Amino acid sequence: MTALLTTHGLAKHYGGLRAVDGVDFALRAGEIRAVIGPNGAGKTTFVSLVCGRIAPSAGTIRFDGQDITALPAHQRVRLGIGYTFQITSVFANLSAFDNVALSVQRRIADRGGIAGLRTGVMDALSRTGLADRAGTIAGSLSYGHQRLLEVAMGIALEPRLLILDEPTQGLSDGEIDGFLALIRDIARQATVLLIEHNMQVVMALADRITVLNAGRTLAEGTPDEIRADAAVQQAYLGAPAP
Amino acid sequence: MSGGRSAEGPVWSLHVGVVAGLLLLNFVLPDYHHGVFARILVLAVFAMGYNLLFGYVGLLSLGHAMFFAAGLYGAGLPMVHLGWGVPAAFSTGIVCGLVLALAVGLLALRTSGVAFMIVTMMFAQALALAVLYFGQWTRGDEGLVIAQAQRSLDLGPWRLDFTDPATRYLTALALFAIVLSATLAIVRSRFGRVLVAIRENEERTRMLGYDTFRNKLSAVVISGTICAAAGATYAILFGYVGSSFAGIQYSILPLLWVLLGGSATTLGPLIGTLLMYYLVDGSNDVLKAWLPDWRFSHLGVVGLALILLVLFFPRGLLGTLRQRWAGWLP
Repeated sequence: MTALLTTHGLAKHYGGLRAVDGVDFALRAGEIRAVIGPNGAGKTTFVSLVCGRIAPSAGTIRFDGQDITALPAHQRVRLGIGYTFQITSVFANLSAFDNVALSVQRRIADRGGIAGLRTGVMDALSRTGLADRAGTIAGSLSYGHQRLLEVAMGIALEPRLLILDEPTQGLSDGEIDGFLALIRDIARQATVLLIEHNMQVVMALADRITVLNAGRTLAEGTPDEIRADAAVQQAYLGAPAP
Repeated sequence: MSGGRSAEGPVWSLHVGVVAGLLLLNFVLPDYHHGVFARILVLAVFAMGYNLLFGYVGLLSLGHAMFFAAGLYGAGLPMVHLGWGVPAAFSTGIVCGLVLALAVGLLALRTSGVAFMIVTMMFAQALALAVLYFGQWTRGDEGLVIAQAQRSLDLGPWRLDFTDPATRYLTALALFAIVLSATLAIVRSRFGRVLVAIRENEERTRMLGYDTFRNKLSAVVISGTICAAAGATYAILFGYVGSSFAGIQYSILPLLWVLLGGSATTLGPLIGTLLMYYLVDGSNDVLKAWLPDWRFSHLGVVGLALILLVLFFPRGLLGTLRQRWAGWLP
């Protein structure tokens, strides 16, 4: 078992608030890992530390054996950490094609060529089912399609680790089914770290689950282990009746 | 990018057509307007430099007069005091603008939004005050006049005399055409698309793996260098170097020109500069001719015209045109 991503004692404090409070975490290459926890548990803060959007107060982050704690976010993206936003953050005034092209253009420029831009863009759009909407202005896409576009921009980076922050938030049940298939498809090439509130999605997708509560790791295990965990039940449902 | 490829034809023919039209005007314009157009072309280059940063990257600077002045003084001072020729003076002006833009960019880009406006304005004020402080060399408000004999260039058997109206016009047009092509190439390049992405959503752009700071810094340097080229050309063509060009007025003017013509359009700066100049110039004549007894400032007419334009063309003339009818306009 090789760890693609590890964090050691990772912490982020805002004044007296310990949003993330000493998390030790290891992610195996190729797995789908879900991070769950009650509101305010520090899930988004945790993945923001991993992808470099915010700087940690303490602790270290290693990606593929390299210490990336001090690397700026854009360099982490270039190492292969892709991030999709919790609040849809597409380029609303650009077409769907142009949104994804910004991902592809950066990736292929790093490899010293510009050929294949169109192929790369259309490939990502096809995988997310948006191929026939390539020319549509992103801001006028439906909410569900904007979420898909967000994912398309993520996979177009061809990341080794794709972080999805609540990808199914606000989607209908029908759209969620499509999403499950998409994420399984992504997981064949990339490791997936998923923050998710929808337990059906988590149980259907995750190989392992990490439960955060008040900035700390409360439990970690397979979906079945987590379902049976008393501490997790208590964090979600409150103390059991005496 | 997607739909834009098919519009390759009209884009190039439009820009070539505009330059050709301006070339034609050289032979038909009456003397007065011929001189005005030469000036407008140089100022339009200043506006294009401003537009690159304001229109495409969305960074509102209130201090671009400093880059124009860096070119103006960078070229003018060595001509007046050291007797330098045109090529050396022109290059010095551009280098001054480039170095200043790099330094200001490194510091000012640590801020954004309103703070960026204030920081750029303060740098520009510092430069304007420095021009006055070193009045011994710059002669402050009064300014310097560059000797006619110096404002020429020997190219083998030919001699370019920049005090000659036609040479002046064609030189201004040459600079305009070069900067217009450069702007067009930049905004249609991958770099240009990253700049627009930064304007639209900087955080998203960063999380696609782009070093947004470096891209913004490059844009400031290119923008500042273009404005300095305009300043250096102004000194050489018109032979006057004065501190008013470093003042706050010349930081606001390019913003107005660009807003009027249409920000983030390649030809908007020219249209805006042209329109604004003739609005100020023409309204005075019209008032005097038609309402000679009214004691009404022509600037009131200019103000009214600007308000109407903002009401009916909120994205500037070309910006509104692009939005409603011609989506292919770059």
